[in-house]
Amino acid sequence: MDFTDDAILLSARPHGETAALAVLLTRDHGRHAGLVHGGQGSRMRAVLEPGNRVAAHWRARLAEQLGTWTLELERATGAGLLDDPVRLAALSSCCALLDAILPEREPHPEVFAATLALFDALDSDVWAEIYVRWEVGLLEVAGFGLDLSRCAATGQIPAANDQLAFVSPRTGRAVSLSASEPFRDKLLPLPPFLVGRSDGGPEEVSAGLDLTGHFLERHVFALRHTEVPPARTRFVDRYRKTHTTSGTNPA
Amino acid sequence: MIGPEIDRLIQLLAKLPGLGPRSARRAALHLIKRRDTVMEPLAAAMAAAAASIRTCATCGNLDTTSPCHVCLDGGRDRSTICVVEEVGDLWALERTHAFKGVYHVLGGTLSALEGVGPDDLNIPTLLERASRPEVKEVILALNATVGGQTTAHYLSDRLAPCGVAVSRLAHGVPVGGELDYLDDGTLTAALRARRAL
Repeated sequence: MDFTDDAILLSARPHGETAALAVLLTRDHGRHAGLVHGGQGSRMRAVLEPGNRVAAHWRARLAEQLGTWTLELERATGAGLLDDPVRLAALSSCCALLDAILPEREPHPEVFAATLALFDALDSDVWAEIYVRWEVGLLEVAGFGLDLSRCAATGQIPAANDQLAFVSPRTGRAVSLSASEPFRDKLLPLPPFLVGRSDGGPEEVSAGLDLTGHFLERHVFALRHTEVPPARTRFVDRYRKTHTTSGTNPA
Repeated sequence: MIGPEIDRLIQLLAKLPGLGPRSARRAALHLIKRRDTVMEPLAAAMAAAAASIRTCATCGNLDTTSPCHVCLDGGRDRSTICVVEEVGDLWALERTHAFKGVYHVLGGTLSALEGVGPDDLNIPTLLERASRPEVKEVILALNATVGGQTTAHYLSDRLAPCGVAVSRLAHGVPVGGELDYLDDGTLTAALRARRAL
């Protein structure tokens, strides 16, 4: 059994004296683990960094075995971000979430493409908005997609003088401004950029991180009896500290 | 076939880095053949080291005294603290003879995968040391990895209230390195960290 695929390195941990156990997100084979011989050596250590894009070849005698990776570095994503704490934290958060959420060996080429797009966008000015959209997409893959197409209370697409402004914390469906009146304090604010009504901005990104964080915590990780990866928590804290005026949760 | 003492010796030697059962047997045989000249002095040295080695309460270094010899050295510049991940990194920097300040061993880096959080690292004593009036600079000599630099940025935030200058080691082309043979990541970091001549 063997295959060759494009991949993103999600995590690597030492295995034995010289090898490493690497988990990759491959384009056509999903999240896939394998052993990297010499993974603790000086030559391979630089390759086994989270976020790195690699050309990967997996080989095993039987499909159900752990197998071994042969990896060739194509792009060192993290190397260009080492001096930027917020973007570096976003990269770590992205890899940690993928590693924790995606099932093993289940192909998700759309997640692979979206993640590459996110990595490319990390150099741009709108990277944080793209990061929030990426988390919304990840929630959908995890089975908890948000429905931001129409108002959950009225079932209608809001008129021009109304707008989708909140999300139900229970169902993940949007609620319009007029329909939200009786229970507004129980709803989560919907950042306008997620429904194409603005270009975003730090306060909207922060609200977006709250929104996705709620569903990640309550619906994805709570069901697995685990907590949101500390890498995401650190990223959100750091983003708020450096980008929002209050430096704290605006919600 | 062999006595339990020799068998146990082989089993323990096989736990050392780089030694498997076969090489452990060869090492045990080597020790047994040279009992007077190698085995007994080695056993005595290991027993003495095991009895006397301790972790320095000040910096986290391993030495036979606490505070360690680096912390006790009166000729050291106490205004500069160099933060390293492990004791091996401290030894590597000491081999260069390029740093005359004092050290602080963190004991690892932040790692979500291995469950290492800020509470698992030797950070409170670093903050306490950095708050002392004589300290002017903290050098974060952590690995140029995502984990190492994430930890460096975290420490930079925590050290901000201490009022000390915080710096980190440069990333880039190693001495004797040829550009053609460098990996993309090192070249990218080198380009971003370029400086005027």
